[in-house]
Amino acid sequence: MATRGFTGKRPADTDARRLPPGQYRTEDFPVLSMGPTPRVDLARWTFTLHDGPRPLASFTWAQFESLPRTSWRRDIHCVTKWSKFDTEWEGVTIDDLLAAAGVTPPTDYLLAQSFDDYDTNVPVADLVEGRAMIATRYAGAPLAAEHGGPARLLVPHLYFWKSAKWVRGLRFTKKDEGGFWELRGYHMYGDPWREQRYTDDP
Amino acid sequence: MTGAPPAGAVPATAWTEATLERIERQTARVKSFFVRAPLRAHAAGQHVDVRLTAPDGYQAQRSYSIASAPGDPLELAIEELPEGEVSSYFHEVAQPGDTFDIRGPIGGHFVWRASDGGPLLLVGGGSGVAPLMAIVRERLRTAPGVPTLLVYSARTWDEVIFRDELLRADAADADFGLVLATTRGPAQRAGDLARRLDAGLVAGVLSRWGQAPRHAFVCGADAFVETVATALVQTGMAAAGVRTERYGGPSR
Repeated sequence: MATRGFTGKRPADTDARRLPPGQYRTEDFPVLSMGPTPRVDLARWTFTLHDGPRPLASFTWAQFESLPRTSWRRDIHCVTKWSKFDTEWEGVTIDDLLAAAGVTPPTDYLLAQSFDDYDTNVPVADLVEGRAMIATRYAGAPLAAEHGGPARLLVPHLYFWKSAKWVRGLRFTKKDEGGFWELRGYHMYGDPWREQRYTDDP
Repeated sequence: MTGAPPAGAVPATAWTEATLERIERQTARVKSFFVRAPLRAHAAGQHVDVRLTAPDGYQAQRSYSIASAPGDPLELAIEELPEGEVSSYFHEVAQPGDTFDIRGPIGGHFVWRASDGGPLLLVGGGSGVAPLMAIVRERLRTAPGVPTLLVYSARTWDEVIFRDELLRADAADADFGLVLATTRGPAQRAGDLARRLDAGLVAGVLSRWGQAPRHAFVCGADAFVETVATALVQTGMAAAGVRTERYGGPSR
């Protein structure tokens, strides 16, 4: 039912087509995180792939920096309702990462794990075939700590909490296990176009 | 880390109808909107989503923190933002009796319950004090002995939301402390600050308080939260004890 007296400030048609339901466009780059920003020392940075508890492959920062690099321009959508268009990222696609590690995904699910003990679940199918990267640069500069640097997961087609900041690895899991926000009321998959914000959203 | 979510943290998130019961002006830019809606009981620190619908079906959504204690009428303290789509509706159009869509309560992390105890440090900037106010009120009702300090940064004395209630609590409750930091106006009380919070001020305030906080809740604009949370970790607080909620940029 209409809200009495509300007319709204509609986005331009060109914006409206790119805005998932319930989102609005921002020019800023707001920050959402659960706690303080961890400061990650590149000399001690490693990125590790695990199958459950078992390590499969690991990269130092120098090794990671030598992997093939990809640049993307993508719209991103935060569950707190802002969307930002045409964000520019550079990093290593999950496809290239797995190829370099010589790893074939052993399961269909994984948890992206961060240095601040944050984690979030993403199906493997949503990370491969050019759908996700480990991003280390934003808008042409090293990714700032506040935005997840030195490296964050980037899964632009899902709500942005899935794009784990300060990422330190991917852990393959036998079944789809909820991560930090997923255990605190947020949706297991998080497709912005289906508005899957909270646990019970269809 | 907090482990398993507390009971009741998973929200019932179906949209339902809210009725605006009462509007109370807090400051020049902030009003409290008291809302009746058939929502589950909230925990202090949680928020709701609000959805407005135009006659042609166009909808706009925003999240607002709940300022009231669990069990009290739902209070949303909304700041009118320049060009704000939803905040301007609430400030300029909405009247008691109006209805809109609401869902929640939402959020299982930025939440304090009496069983969490203290010492409890709350740091808010501007309208970021709203969820902290729910915690202040919940603590007063359920755990008044928990040592608690609210450090609240506002532009001026007149822009301190909930000012009278906070001053009363500060005067009446030996275990509750209030430090106001005004960034564009003079300090009004002994112990208040007339500066923007930085790492040195945060350390100084904690030192004067004399408690080592076990839980810290920090809410405000991005840069404010970043400064304060970083400063708390520098004072030796465990990062896992510092919970943050950030309001995005000015385009909300």
